[in-house]
Amino acid sequence: MTRAGLIRLGLIVALLVALEVLVKIGRIDALTMQAPHKMALDLFTMLKSGKLNKAIAKTMGNAGFAFVIAVSLGVLAGLVIHRLRRLRETLDPLFATYYAIPVFAFYPLLILLLGLGDAPQIFIGVMLGFVAVVVNTLNGLDRVPRVLLKTARVNGMNPLETALKITLPSAAPYILTGAKFAVAYSLIGVIGAEFIMSTGGMGYEISFAYNNFDNATMYPLIILILAVSITINMVISHWEKSLLKRRGLQ
Amino acid sequence: MTQPHIRLTDVEMTFPRPDGVGEGIHALGPIQLDLRHGEFFAVVGPSGCGKSTLLELMIGLTSPTKGSITFEGQPINGSCPDGIGVVFQEDASFAWLTVRDNIAFGLRRMALDRREQDERVDKALAMMGLVEFADAYPSQLSGGMRQRVCIARTLVTEPRLILLDEPFGALDQQTRLLMGDEILSLWRKTGATIFLITHALDEAAMLADRIGVMSSRPGQLIDIVETHWPRDRDSRIVEQDAFGAVTARLWRSLRVESMKAIGKKEASS
Ligand SMILES: Nc1ncnc2c1ncn2[C@@H]1O[C@H](COP(=O)(O)OP(=O)(O)O)[C@@H](O)[C@H]1O
Ligand SMILES: [Mg+2]
Repeated sequence: MTRAGLIRLGLIVALLVALEVLVKIGRIDALTMQAPHKMALDLFTMLKSGKLNKAIAKTMGNAGFAFVIAVSLGVLAGLVIHRLRRLRETLDPLFATYYAIPVFAFYPLLILLLGLGDAPQIFIGVMLGFVAVVVNTLNGLDRVPRVLLKTARVNGMNPLETALKITLPSAAPYILTGAKFAVAYSLIGVIGAEFIMSTGGMGYEISFAYNNFDNATMYPLIILILAVSITINMVISHWEKSLLKRRGLQ
Repeated sequence: MTQPHIRLTDVEMTFPRPDGVGEGIHALGPIQLDLRHGEFFAVVGPSGCGKSTLLELMIGLTSPTKGSITFEGQPINGSCPDGIGVVFQEDASFAWLTVRDNIAFGLRRMALDRREQDERVDKALAMMGLVEFADAYPSQLSGGMRQRVCIARTLVTEPRLILLDEPFGALDQQTRLLMGDEILSLWRKTGATIFLITHALDEAAMLADRIGVMSSRPGQLIDIVETHWPRDRDSRIVEQDAFGAVTARLWRSLRVESMKAIGKKEASS
């Protein structure tokens, strides 16, 4: 492990120990926050009992679905927008300000439009992740060396073949960066939407537990979300790094 | 065979200015040029005189503003005919593929059985001195080696006309001479026509049957030098007196043009 990595790990451990101690000596009361070791134990019991499996499966399924749609639509849109100069010039400023929009403000409207099922939750997840994928795909496509496009033309490749064999592989590291954002955004979108208005899922369960002072459910769920999000993020980062390294970029 | 392999008639290229106003940039021409079947033709000229532009016209990447180009009797318009292979001036290796897959790239698109493809790739790896690097990625290679990957990728498709744009630019002098020998032996073996752009006069003098000298922009052919070398020549030709005479003549034709290219006048020398 690198020096910086060791320091990071030390910092996290120190925080956990501090929290443990503060709860133990009563500086933080147990109704607000639980000791870290208790959260871990609760998480274990919760997963073992299986009582929240349905909620976990629903949230992860919806977030995964939102992620897949955001990435595939985002890459496709990126390819199209990249070819249409005018459209690009029109959309660029919109992309730049997109994340200033509080997407959740539209949630009630989405429920009116899409009904009370999972659709509006997935939609929010897609809306959040999609633009990050588009912007990063465009960034990657902008960096495809011109000589590679000439090579494609000399080989008589049509636009689809050029995209699949030249431009997308060339832009892959940047697309992965977009995908990394999409993981976080689809989780944020789906869980956030469950918080506001829904009848199931991890967001709903957290909010329900909160209202019932059920810390033994709330904290393990929060930890589970953190763990899943960070793990997926790390896997993609690792992949991204190995791609960049293979290209001598890192 | 009386028909030339490729024929350029009154070819001119004018690029529009980026802002769209004014006359445009007259980059090239008019050019008249016939390449004979199986000859080794080199082009030298000051940088920016339109050599790469000429190459892009010959493969149909850009269409000439005036004039026409025919390859094996067929006009070239808008797409690169089968039978022409190109190595660009810039590094065109694919960073996401291994050296072997890079070289096989064009072959995979051809209707050849897999064994034949693999054999050709192995031969090209050996010829370009890349055997140990077959499974490496381009980023692990030097610039010169990456250029060799691109040359190999073009050669394996066995084109009848091979266009090379300053392919040895990133190589040191010794490797350049040896690569020249490889190109010569390949040329003899395949019988292909070769069109080589270079900025190195000695390279042109050593390799080519004929050398076209281009003026500064707008590039025109101001001299064509015949070397009369035997077909089974190699880099040892540089020891001969005749070699010195060829390079001297090239330099005489080019000196004034090269000074123009760097903004000097004859009088100030
Ligand atoms: N796509 C283009 N648009 C405008 N000008 C160009 C373009 N390509 C080349 N040129 C101009 O044409 C001239 C010749 O360029 P090039 O053929 O690359 O020269 P060389 O290969 O001999 O160094 C240069 O002045 C260059 O700026
Ligand atoms: Mg050039």
